[in-house]
Amino acid sequence: MPLQSLDIRRRSATTTPSPAARVGATAEVAKLIDTSKCIGCKACQTACMEWNDLRDEIGTSSGVLDNPRDLTDQSWTVMRFSEYENPKGDLEWLIRKDGCMHCEDPGCLKACPSPGAIVQYANGIVDFHEEQCIGCGYCVTGCPFDIPRISKRDHKAYKCTLCSDRVAVGLEPACVKACPTGAISYGTKEQMTHDAAERVVDLKSRGFDQAGLYDPAGVGGTHVMYVLHHADQPGLYSGLAAQPRVSPLVRLWKGATKPLALGTMVLVALAGFLNYVRVGPNETREEDEQSAEREKERANG
Amino acid sequence: MADAHSPDMIVRYTPAERLGHWVVVIFFVLAAASGLALFHPALFWMSGLLGGGPWSVVLHPFAGLAMCVAFYVFVRPLWHHNRMEPRDRAWLSAIRDVVDNREDRLPEVGRYNAGQKILVYVLAGCLIALFVSGIVIWRSYFSGYFGISIIRASALLHAFAAFILVAGILVHVSAALWVKGSVPAMMSGTVTLGWAFKHHRAWFREMIRPSSGR
Repeated sequence: MPLQSLDIRRRSATTTPSPAARVGATAEVAKLIDTSKCIGCKACQTACMEWNDLRDEIGTSSGVLDNPRDLTDQSWTVMRFSEYENPKGDLEWLIRKDGCMHCEDPGCLKACPSPGAIVQYANGIVDFHEEQCIGCGYCVTGCPFDIPRISKRDHKAYKCTLCSDRVAVGLEPACVKACPTGAISYGTKEQMTHDAAERVVDLKSRGFDQAGLYDPAGVGGTHVMYVLHHADQPGLYSGLAAQPRVSPLVRLWKGATKPLALGTMVLVALAGFLNYVRVGPNETREEDEQSAEREKERANG
Repeated sequence: MADAHSPDMIVRYTPAERLGHWVVVIFFVLAAASGLALFHPALFWMSGLLGGGPWSVVLHPFAGLAMCVAFYVFVRPLWHHNRMEPRDRAWLSAIRDVVDNREDRLPEVGRYNAGQKILVYVLAGCLIALFVSGIVIWRSYFSGYFGISIIRASALLHAFAAFILVAGILVHVSAALWVKGSVPAMMSGTVTLGWAFKHHRAWFREMIRPSSGR
């Protein structure tokens, strides 16, 4: 438990209560990313590298501004640029800072088999504790946003921590601090929701009828939220999921299957043992040997 | 006790078959322990057998693959003994007498009884499912080639097939410990005439025929 100043609400693969002495005093936090204010400068990406000591490999240009092309174990946040021609025929440049959404109902944590490798703090941040990570990749399977990346070097999973180490000592996340336009803000989830509502009203008055807050209910809401000018079409923003949720396959795999299968295996073993005790060992008796001997003699005689 | 070459003993498993069986067992134990550890937190301690969580993740697929190969090599030559016959149906409908240890009421059994035959089919089916789904969820080498929905479905199928496999093996082990003489047969290869007469009478008759090969 590296961050002892943060209480824990949930731990992966753990069936006993989490350390929670201070839960009552902790407010839920959120990062609010206003896509309508983002200019795509990538200061947030740089700040993330800087604070977390990450240095991705220098890639190659693919003709678009996305750089790197995708999230990696060294790039926990990536600006995704999409050019959208709206129905009026005007070009809109929709830029979305991608990264972990810090789901209230995290699919990664649900899927993780290693006790305590993924935790959700009382403030809502979902964090990977790499020293407990076993490299199985189940978090990738469980995530509805395709966020975790397994390092090729150490075979551990990495993603945005929401700067849990900064937040734990009362600082805002590095990307928030670096953003020059105020497109990224950080505070309590309540405050961020309130701020977003004001901004949505503002955007609507400027002609973006469908502006809205992206805080998807399918994953219980998120602790990273977007203000979108086109909240009715999140897919426009480089394929942001319209209705993300933990896949039913993952729910079944990590839900009913676990206790039912474990219980059945225990019952099978128990039934075998108890039946042995009930009917006694199945032994070959002397009369079987004698009958066998007689029959063998007849066959050979 | 009579030695292996005594006229009172019948060879049930050749040295190659015994080796095949125990090699499968070793890889099964390694794969099952590391797999069950990842399946339910209550069993995570089993990852200790392979040296902890990360080593379990690294070694599990190789152990599983080795188990599939060893199972194929071991079972392929024995497969034809497992064809279902009409008397197997009668044996299955008398399953109550089987568990009640009333073997005298059961129809005659050949080299394998219906339960053993069904087990080998279940194990083969599970191993095929585990092999295919296991490749898909083998993160270090293959998962990158598959879409997320395929990976999710494979993870679920892998868990389900493994559950059936482990349950099947639990039945297999219970039966082997219960029917005295079975474990020594798989250790040293032979059974007594009486054992064969009692449990596999049709096979016993084949074996005592003067022309019998072994």
